[in-house]
Amino acid sequence: MGYKTDYARVHGHGAAGEGVGHWWSQRLTSIALVPLTLLFIFPFGRALGNGYDAFVATYSNLWHALVAVLFIIAAFAHLMQGLQVVIEDYVTNKNARTALLIANTLACWALGVAGVLSVATVLFSA
Amino acid sequence: MVQLTLPKNSQMRTGKTWPKPEGAKNLRTFRIYRWNPDDGENPRVDTYFVDLDDCGPMVLDALIWIKSKVDPTLTFRRSCREGICGSCAMNIDGGNQLACIFGMDEVKGDVKVYPLPHMPVIKDLIPDLTHFYAQHASIQPWLETKSNTPAKEWRQSIEDREKLDGLYECVMCACCSTSCPSYWWNGDRYLGPASLLHAYRWIIDSRDEATGERLDDLHDPFKLYRCHTIMNCAKTCPKGLNPAKAIAEIKKMMVERVA
Repeated sequence: MGYKTDYARVHGHGAAGEGVGHWWSQRLTSIALVPLTLLFIFPFGRALGNGYDAFVATYSNLWHALVAVLFIIAAFAHLMQGLQVVIEDYVTNKNARTALLIANTLACWALGVAGVLSVATVLFSA
Repeated sequence: MVQLTLPKNSQMRTGKTWPKPEGAKNLRTFRIYRWNPDDGENPRVDTYFVDLDDCGPMVLDALIWIKSKVDPTLTFRRSCREGICGSCAMNIDGGNQLACIFGMDEVKGDVKVYPLPHMPVIKDLIPDLTHFYAQHASIQPWLETKSNTPAKEWRQSIEDREKLDGLYECVMCACCSTSCPSYWWNGDRYLGPASLLHAYRWIIDSRDEATGERLDDLHDPFKLYRCHTIMNCAKTCPKGLNPAKAIAEIKKMMVERVA
């Protein structure tokens, strides 16, 4: 309860001047993920269950390694932006929201970089 | 915040079943949400029986019939009774409708009538639309010009005028905004489909000279970008408009500004 006017309540902190970049890059990564997912999933599926050597055989190939790196970058960028929207939509507690947004950003960056490094390790050690 | 359970004082109770009209042969059952801020009771659903031989075909006809002949305390907004004022917007049979242009024959079984979803209730079927109207005012729904005012009028070609079709018909009934999950969860900051449709109506008006400022005001992760193209707005609009398309056009213009 308070005596804030409706005008003040609606205008809040004003327009952030941000949003189009997030929205556009989410569309770009989703478009990129259509071919990348198809190209990534079959060689990955073939190697799956056949031990480390099968992965070395697949990802010592520059083409497969390139597809895998692009897929990992696009997928984790898309995941980070998508989860950010979900958190903003459903979590209203300010502290919880901030904590989750930080955790989401750090986790997606860490996992994405770890994925890229893994592929690079296989590619350059083969 | 998404709430999966209602607070204790909002939980629905079974209400009163009002007597059937004497001698009536053609009856229709109405289950109507009731809440009175003055009695301290929980909201309840009352059951009424409407004599269809004595009543018009629309849901609003039935509500007026109930108020006149059965229960004068039943409270709802209505004015034009022909779908142009937007006053009688309410949730009928699970969808947001204008009661005056929504026929009872469009509902199977009992007719369930609730206020517009996820809005504070003032009484019975009347939601508090204060914030909704303030959001509409915030997009400055009027012609903004900077050039000298012409001697006669701001001229507009027939083609440019046609761009406003499908937008100017909005009667601000709030059916779309209150059907939108994004508006339910973040209605304090997200402007909602109705206000954004009006914003677009002025953005593409060829006579308006504040397009850039209007886009600046909307460039915000919450005001505009909470729209996730769920499309409930277009599905429910009693005037057959498509607010989701208007919002998509605004998003396209935002990209055009930077790309």
